[in-house]
Amino acid sequence: MASLEDYVARIEGTCGAEKDVIVVFKYEKRDEAIQQILKRAKLKNTIAGIIFEFVFKNVSFRVYKSGKAIFRSVRNKKELNGLLSALLLGQETPGKTQEPESGT
Amino acid sequence: MRGTTEGINLVAYSWGLRNLKKGDEVLVSLLEHHSNIVPWEILSKINGFTVRYAKVNDDGTLDYEDFENKLSNKTKIASLSHVSNVSGVINDVKRIAKVAHDHGALMLVDGAQSVPHKPVDVKNLDMDFLAFSGHKMLGPTGIGVLYAKKQLLDKMEPFQGGGEMIKDVSFVGGKQQCDISFNDPPWKFEAGTPDICGAIGLMEAVKYLENIGMDQVLSHECLLTGYAIKRMKECGKVILHGPTDTALKCGIIPFSVQGLSSHDVALLFDNYGIMIRSGFHCAQPLHQALKLQSSARVSFYIYNTQKEIDRFVEILKEIEQL
Repeated sequence: MASLEDYVARIEGTCGAEKDVIVVFKYEKRDEAIQQILKRAKLKNTIAGIIFEFVFKNVSFRVYKSGKAIFRSVRNKKELNGLLSALLLGQETPGKTQEPESGT
Repeated sequence: MRGTTEGINLVAYSWGLRNLKKGDEVLVSLLEHHSNIVPWEILSKINGFTVRYAKVNDDGTLDYEDFENKLSNKTKIASLSHVSNVSGVINDVKRIAKVAHDHGALMLVDGAQSVPHKPVDVKNLDMDFLAFSGHKMLGPTGIGVLYAKKQLLDKMEPFQGGGEMIKDVSFVGGKQQCDISFNDPPWKFEAGTPDICGAIGLMEAVKYLENIGMDQVLSHECLLTGYAIKRMKECGKVILHGPTDTALKCGIIPFSVQGLSSHDVALLFDNYGIMIRSGFHCAQPLHQALKLQSSARVSFYIYNTQKEIDRFVEILKEIEQL
């Protein structure tokens, strides 16, 4: 059975006042991760074929072709896990991911 | 040392723990890296002294007048970045050291962003302490240097205990204790097996840079910085932070792109294989002073070229159109 760890290499908490969270997908799984997200989230915009802007459950986020995604306004790890589980696995229960790494 | 951070912590704990008390002051500035703020704040909670912060001007440069006004006979140590890791601005540490010494205070310089980029003469600048890191000057991570005047090292207590830092550890049966005598500096401060590989790697990096010449390194960076600033000014939605006079700075340019967070800018460059830094750059108080949520930072070193800057600006122009 697939898990978040199959897709997610690491999660980084950003160090600006914005408190965004960056999710880095595993290199070999990045295209598959983007496809899964495309299936489930609403694509608001795509820019130059390298940035995909999505909305999912009232959370906006951007996915980059390089295999990184930036989530805004995610309140905590549980909410992020829930979003990622739903987006990548189609599950409504949170999967297991690591704690965001701080960059400050 | 593992790096600049550990060097500053060594001074804080080896010297500060025993010499700073209630009523004393440590003077830093708002443009410091967290590594030159947090150790002093932690220690102040233990010893009861006060950490004071000199202001910055609107462009993020040090307010020298405020720094000098805050130096007093209560100040026991002034601790200042030689070069800001956010703006690249070179601080006149010789001027500050003179005033600090006039007040009987010591002078610690965070050289993380200066030693790799320009000639630094500790004697001419009259620094009491200078800390810097290997990984910012072509060396390995996890190794760095703390320079200190010998007479200060002689008086300072060890930072950590263990092997190598002792001359003698003898168990005295009558006391049921060990009598310990410490080794001479620098070994007194180097408990345990050192990072031998790191030290060899750092020495090779030093030789490599010395062979090029630090004047040449600075000159190359000034050329690239000036060129990059000129080209970045072509971008209508790009805001450059801090001074743009290359005579005042090393090869660091902080910037923002209107309508985009610094993290978006960094991720966009990442798509093109260009790595820049985004966020607070471990200098949150400076960003607060400048009223910035965060900033993007492009920086240069000896291996960068004008052609790479042209590519960087080409992508920046694409990004600002998003």
